[in-house]
Amino acid sequence: MLEIWGLHKSFGGVHALAGVDLRVDEGEIVSVIGPNGAGKTSFFNVVTGLYLPDGGDIMFEGRSIVGLESSEITEAGIARTFQNVRLFLNMTVLENVMVAQHCRTRAGAFRAVLRTPFLRKEEAEIEARAKETLAFFGSRLVGYRFDQPALSLSYANRRRLEIARAMATRPKLLLLDEPVAGMNPRETAELTGLIRKLRDEMGLTVVVIEHDMRVVRDVSDRVIVLDHGVKIAEGSYDEVSSDEAVIEAYLGRPAEVG
Amino acid sequence: MTGVDLRRTLRWGSIAGAVMVFTCAVGLFEAFEDRLLVYPFLSLGHVLLLWFLPLAGYQATNEPVLEGMEAPSKGLHNAMAGLGAGLAGGILIGAFTVIIDAVDVRDVFVRLSARLVDLLTHGWGVPGGLVLLVAVPALLGMAGGMLHLVSAPVRRRLILALEWALVVALLEQVFSQVLRQLRLGAVGNIIFTRRALEWWAALAVAVLVAVLAERARGGIGRIRGYLFAADAVRRTRNSIWSALAVLAFLIVLPQLLGSLLSELLANVGLFLLMGLGLNIVVGLAGMLDLGYVAFFAVGAYTVGVLTSPISPRFDVEWSWWAALPVAILMSVIAGVLVGTPVIRMRGDYLAIVTLGFGEIVRILFLSDWLAPTFGGAQGVRNVPGIPVGVAEIRGSQPVGVLYFAFGLVLVAAWVSWALQESRLGRAWTAIREDETVAAAMGINVVRAKLNAFIVGAILAGLGGALFAAKVGSIFPSSFELLVSIIVLVVVIVGGMGNIPGVAVGAVLLIGVLGGPTQPGLLAEFAEFKLLIYGALLVFMMLRKPEGLLPSVRRSRELRGDELSQDAWLDRPSGGAEVDARPAGG
Repeated sequence: MLEIWGLHKSFGGVHALAGVDLRVDEGEIVSVIGPNGAGKTSFFNVVTGLYLPDGGDIMFEGRSIVGLESSEITEAGIARTFQNVRLFLNMTVLENVMVAQHCRTRAGAFRAVLRTPFLRKEEAEIEARAKETLAFFGSRLVGYRFDQPALSLSYANRRRLEIARAMATRPKLLLLDEPVAGMNPRETAELTGLIRKLRDEMGLTVVVIEHDMRVVRDVSDRVIVLDHGVKIAEGSYDEVSSDEAVIEAYLGRPAEVG
Repeated sequence: MTGVDLRRTLRWGSIAGAVMVFTCAVGLFEAFEDRLLVYPFLSLGHVLLLWFLPLAGYQATNEPVLEGMEAPSKGLHNAMAGLGAGLAGGILIGAFTVIIDAVDVRDVFVRLSARLVDLLTHGWGVPGGLVLLVAVPALLGMAGGMLHLVSAPVRRRLILALEWALVVALLEQVFSQVLRQLRLGAVGNIIFTRRALEWWAALAVAVLVAVLAERARGGIGRIRGYLFAADAVRRTRNSIWSALAVLAFLIVLPQLLGSLLSELLANVGLFLLMGLGLNIVVGLAGMLDLGYVAFFAVGAYTVGVLTSPISPRFDVEWSWWAALPVAILMSVIAGVLVGTPVIRMRGDYLAIVTLGFGEIVRILFLSDWLAPTFGGAQGVRNVPGIPVGVAEIRGSQPVGVLYFAFGLVLVAAWVSWALQESRLGRAWTAIREDETVAAAMGINVVRAKLNAFIVGAILAGLGGALFAAKVGSIFPSSFELLVSIIVLVVVIVGGMGNIPGVAVGAVLLIGVLGGPTQPGLLAEFAEFKLLIYGALLVFMMLRKPEGLLPSVRRSRELRGDELSQDAWLDRPSGGAEVDARPAGG
C-alpha cells in the first residue's frame, strides 16, 4: 500500500532521513521505533507532505505522492496525528471532527448562502458521522462533550480526539505519532485495544510511532527501527528486540560511554 | 494595610498630571472650553481636563482584595491618598502653567498659548489662579478616594448617574432631535440651554439613573438569559424573535430621526456593510487585509462609470441595478487578482502586501494613464441614485438611503452567518487556528482563503456601489488607506468574528465618532477624531483585545483558560527523554 525508496531529508547539515526504504502492506499494523532524533516524526512529516523530501520516492497505492499538497495527500487517503497534539483548541469537540470531513464533502459558498436542500442534507450527514466517529472511544467524547471546546479536554482525551479527527478524513492509512504518550497504564491498555480495532473493524492500515515498548509489542505485526535517519532493523517485535544494532542504538556502546 | 501608600499615590497623581498636560497640549481643553455641558458651570473642556482625577484618587488606594484575606479597612486614609494623588496632579499642571507662562514655546507647541494660561487660571493670572489650579484637582482626587467609603452598589450607581448626565448633555443634539420628532420639542427647549443641559435637569437625569440602575441591571440579565437560553431549540426561537424585534425597530427608527441623524446612520450602514465583509476575511479566515478599500473603490468606480451620464469613456447610462452585477463581478475579479499572489503569505507579510495593493488600486484610479476612463483626480461625477419603483434613492434623501443600507446590511449579515455555519466557515476557523494542521486534515488552504477574500471583496464592492449612488460623485481621495484602517478598527473594537459585535463597533465608531470623512454624532470632535480612534484602539488592545462584543471563540483565544497545548509538552517525562539522547548518540 505504501512503498518508500531511498527517502532523504536533511535540515542544514542534519540528515533526518538518510535513504530510508520501507513498505507497508494493506491491513498491517507497523510500529516505527527509534531513539529521539532518529527521524521518526520527520518520516511522518515527509509522507504527509508537510516537508518536501530531498530525494527518494513515496508511492501510495501505486501512485507517487511526492510534491502533492498535504491536503491532497489527505484526500488520497493518508491521515495522521501529531506528536505534540495539535487540535483546533478553540473549536468544539464536535467541530474538530466535523471540519476534518472537509475533503469528503462538497457544498461551497453558494450553497451555504442559499441554504439549499443539498447543503442541509450534507450538514446533517457531517454531524451524524462526526458523532459516530466520536462514539468509537466509548462514552468519553460524547454527549455534553460535543459542545465543549477542545481545550477543556484532559490530555488523554485530546489524544483520543486527535485520532477521531484523523479517522474523520476517512483514510485508508492512519499514521499515529506517539498515541499513548502521557497516558496512564489503564488508558494505554485501552488505546492499544482501540488501535487493533481500527484495523480489525474499520479496515485501516496503521503505522504507529511509539516509545512504550509494551504497546509496540501488543499491537505490531512488524516493527521498523530507525536511527540517525536510516533503517537499522526490521521484523517482528521479538526479532527486533534482540537485535544487536537496536540495543546499541538505544543504549550506546559500552566503550563509548564515559 | 492602612495608611497611605506614598509611591502608589504619587504614581497615580503623576499619571493624572500627565493626562491634564496632554489634554492641554493637544488643544482639547482649549477647543471645548466654551462648549457648555451643564448650564451654567461645567464645560466639555473642563470635563476632558479633569476627568482622570477622581479615577486617580480612587486608584490610589484601590488594593486588590485577595480571597481568604481580610479586606483592608476603609477610612480617612482613602480620602487622604486621593487628596494626595489629586494634589500631585494639581502641582504638575500648576508647574506646567507656570512654565508656559514664563517661557514661550508656541513655535513648537502651537496650543500652549497665553490664552491657555488664562483659561487654566480662570482668568486670575499666574500667581493668583494657581491656588485654584492646584485646589480643584486635589479636591477631585479626594472625592475619588472617598468613593471607597461607600458600598459597591452605591458607588456603581453614583458613577453610572454621573456618566449618564454627561452623556445626555454631550448628545444634546440627538435628544432634542428625537424629542422634536416626537412632538415634544418644548421639553427639549426647557431642559437644554445653549446646547447644554440645565443643572437641575442634569441632577434629575442623575437621580433617575441612580434609581433605575438596579432595575436596568436586572432587565439586562433577563435579556441575556433570554438570548442565551441553555436549551438550543428555545435559543433558536428566542433569537428569531429578537431578530424580528430588532428589524421592527430598524424600520421604525428612521421615522423618529430627522434627516441629519438618518444620514449618520446611513454612514453606519455603509461601514457596517464593509465591516461585515472584512470580518469574514480577518475575523473568520484570520487574514489581516489592510488593502480592503481597494474592493470598495472597484465597486464604486464600476457603478459610477456605468451609470453616470458624463462618465469619461462609457456613456451607457445604465441603471444602478444593471451596473450592480457588473460591480460585483469586478470585485470578484479584483479579489482573485489581489488574492492569488498574496494568499500564501502569513500574518504580517500579508498585511503589508495587501496594504500595498490597496494603495496601487487608488493610484491607478488617480493616474493619468487611466484618466480617460476614470477621470483621474476629477473622478466620476453626476452618478445617479438608485431607482426603486417610481422613487429614487440618493444622498439628498438620507432616510431612503438608510432603509436601503439596512437592507444590504441584512443581506451581508445573512451571508456572514450562513458561511460561518457551514463547511467553509469551519474550514476558515481551522485555518485560523493552525494552518499546517488544517492542510493536513484535508483542507485546501489556498482555495478556502481565496473564497474568504472573494466574499469579502463582494461585500466591499456592494458597499462601493451604494456609496457611489449615495454621494453622487467619486474621487480617488475617497479611497485612502484610512478607510481600510477605520473599517478594521470597527471590526476590532466591536468584536472580531461576531456579527453583532461588528454592528456595535460601527454604531459606536462611525455613528458617534464619525468615519474618515463622514461626521458623527460628536461632530465637534472632528479635529480630534483620529486621536480618539488611536487612544481607543490602544485601550482596547490593552484591556479588551477581544472587542466589546466578542464571539465566544475569540474571547476563548485571547484570554480565559489558556491551557496551551505546548504546556503539556513541558511535562517531566519530556525532559527525561531529552536527557536520554546523548546516550543514544
